[in-house]
Amino acid sequence: MLKIENLHASVEDKSILKGINLEVKPGEVHAIMGPNGSGKSTLSSVIAGKEEYEVSEGSIIFDGEDIEELAAEERAHKGIFLSFQYPVEIPGVSVTNFIKTAINETRKAKGLEDMPAKDMLKLIREKSDLLEIDRKFLSRSLNEGFSGGEKKRNEIFQMAMLEPKLAILDETDSGLDIDALRIVANGVNKLKSKDNAVIVITHYQRLLDYIVPDFVHVLHNGKIVKSGTKELAHELEEKGYDWIKQEMA
Amino acid sequence: MSKYTEDDLREELKTKEYEYGFYTDIESETFPNGLNEDIVRAISKKKEEPEWMTEWRLEAFRVWESMTEPEWANVNYEKPDFQAISYYSAPNSKPKYDSLDEVDPELLATFDKLGISLDEQKKLAGVAMDVVVDSVSVATTFKETLAEQGIIFMSISEAIKKHPDLVKKYIGTVVPQKDNFYAALNSAVFSDGSFCYIPKGVRCPMELSTYFRINQAGTGQFERTLVIADQGSYVSYLEGCTAPSRDENQLHAAVVELIALDDAEIKYSTVQNWFPGNAEGKGGVYNFVTKRGLCETNAKISWTQVETGSAVTWKYPSCVLKGDNSVGEFYSIAVTNNYQQADTGTKMIHLGKNTKSTIISKGISAGKSQNSYRGLVQIHSRAENARNFSQCDSLLMGNECGAHTFPYIEAKNKTAQIEHEATTSKIGEDQIFYCNQRGIDTEKAIALIVNGFSKEVLNKLPMEFAVEAQKLLEISLEGSVG
Ligand SMILES: Nc1ncnc2c1ncn2[C@@H]1O[C@H](COP(=O)(O)OP(=O)(O)OP(=O)(O)O)[C@@H](O)[C@H]1O
Ligand SMILES: [Mg+2]
Repeated sequence: MLKIENLHASVEDKSILKGINLEVKPGEVHAIMGPNGSGKSTLSSVIAGKEEYEVSEGSIIFDGEDIEELAAEERAHKGIFLSFQYPVEIPGVSVTNFIKTAINETRKAKGLEDMPAKDMLKLIREKSDLLEIDRKFLSRSLNEGFSGGEKKRNEIFQMAMLEPKLAILDETDSGLDIDALRIVANGVNKLKSKDNAVIVITHYQRLLDYIVPDFVHVLHNGKIVKSGTKELAHELEEKGYDWIKQEMA
Repeated sequence: MSKYTEDDLREELKTKEYEYGFYTDIESETFPNGLNEDIVRAISKKKEEPEWMTEWRLEAFRVWESMTEPEWANVNYEKPDFQAISYYSAPNSKPKYDSLDEVDPELLATFDKLGISLDEQKKLAGVAMDVVVDSVSVATTFKETLAEQGIIFMSISEAIKKHPDLVKKYIGTVVPQKDNFYAALNSAVFSDGSFCYIPKGVRCPMELSTYFRINQAGTGQFERTLVIADQGSYVSYLEGCTAPSRDENQLHAAVVELIALDDAEIKYSTVQNWFPGNAEGKGGVYNFVTKRGLCETNAKISWTQVETGSAVTWKYPSCVLKGDNSVGEFYSIAVTNNYQQADTGTKMIHLGKNTKSTIISKGISAGKSQNSYRGLVQIHSRAENARNFSQCDSLLMGNECGAHTFPYIEAKNKTAQIEHEATTSKIGEDQIFYCNQRGIDTEKAIALIVNGFSKEVLNKLPMEFAVEAQKLLEISLEGSVG
């Protein structure tokens, strides 16, 4: 589904990603861990198509197509979803209005008519129930004044509404309380199928107890320096990153 | 027939084509350029006005002659040559074009985006329409519904003839002839405009709209509007049209006077979309408007405006809160793009006790435009417990435009409570990327953000108008992101 080869990316001449290789197949869950500033969010932004980042080398193949030249919205239309580490506020635009626009714009790109209001309401009801979101919440301005946890839950609500092929969850667990973590993780698991895939970026083993990864990768200084199975996450939780850094040196 | 709403009318318009002009065929005739007492007299004569009206115009002309054009606004433009303008042109009922094929395709594309029907497109662009025998019936029904309730809604020229007492009693009472340079000019030469009177205790059953006005003389260069809501009455009045208005007349100087008598309420909504000039700033309308309302005891006036057009806008819809407990509101969205300049805002004059005013102004600037909010809140010494809340928000797109706020506060009574909030924000790249990531392209993302920013004001517009205004905001900012 996703094949990243020798990916180099930089911002303002500062090189951040220095040769990433990663392959994600349908049905898989990959976890990416790594110290602060190692490039995890940058990698997700580059996959999602943020223009600020310049790809100087390597390629990103999604569903057999090189997406290098595609704009961010075109990648979204193809089914790439990013749950942001820091979701932004859009004052005056309700969650409902925003997600409705997102869905209809995606449909439009596929040559489909707007989703009938009745279906939209039904879908909203279903997905907000899944994530135990109070419907009153949906009429609030997007992310404005949301608590950290509310923002993250709202990201997963949008993911549930859009049903992407590839979901990248950038530290979705940070800010969630214990109950919310369980609810959100269950939500993600319910949305999983053999046809879609998830990349989970996290600092903590905790989330991986719920969303069990098939592979765990360690990103350090813009490179994937170690890959393994879910046991690797346990090891990191126990020992930290120093031993990997030493292994590197 | 009592529940004939504007929706019904609209339905009817869809099925039966409706020709809007109902002029008795006056041959097109234009006065020579220039302005002097003879021209003023001639205008009045052409319009078969009574003596007092002629005198009133002349008085205004004499004041105007002694005045100079104001320069305090934050706008730059070449001053019009007032002697190079023709001040009278009889309404021309001849169509400009024979078919839509002859009309500027760019204009038609905009009409399409606004969802304007083909027939309306023809009307707006000045294309000849098929003669429909039945057309008069729509107008008549509309008029009858209003007449049943004693509501008077007609062109001001007609009102001067048919209801001289009302016009004479109220015209110039809120905006005196000598009020300012442009108001004086308008008072001397006003071409036409609307007149509306709502009798005591009557709630006007439909939104009154100049768009549907019978015997409309077209939006003139010097329009004059007078709305009187008698005691305990209510009216919602819509002015303008979202469709882009092209006009060869560069200078527009309108005057609008609202009078809300005891316990009356007037809601006045405007969508202004005059030609703003091209992307290089050439052409475009200069729009110098004086709008003011007077509130008697317990009365309320709300001004809501969406300003997207004109090259230069100079406009301050105001409320004189004369009566105790009266309420004034001003909700405004002003969009400037390319080289547009807008200096707009409001004046809230608190004279009565317990008077209350609210100001919500949303300025959106893009391109190389300049957008200024200028507001005055004045609390007079007799105005015990007056309250004002003002909020001025500016949204900037790009680095070459400007937003400015000039709030003036004069409080002469210690009990006054005045709150002012102002914010300036920029559409962030992160906001755009967030939208993009959800499948929303940049153009649409900006529309979404701008609509969100303007929401408090859009919500004040009548539903139908609000939807159109939203589309209009989108179109006005098209291509403004590089
Ligand atoms: N737009 C930018 N301009 C300058 N530096 C940037 C930019 N974006 C990222 N960086 C730098 O690139 C490096 C990687 O950042 P990134 O956000 O990808 O780290 P991360 O692995 O997600 O860290 P964390 O675990 O703290 O979220 C950091 O040193 C960061 O400062
Ligand atoms: Mg990060």
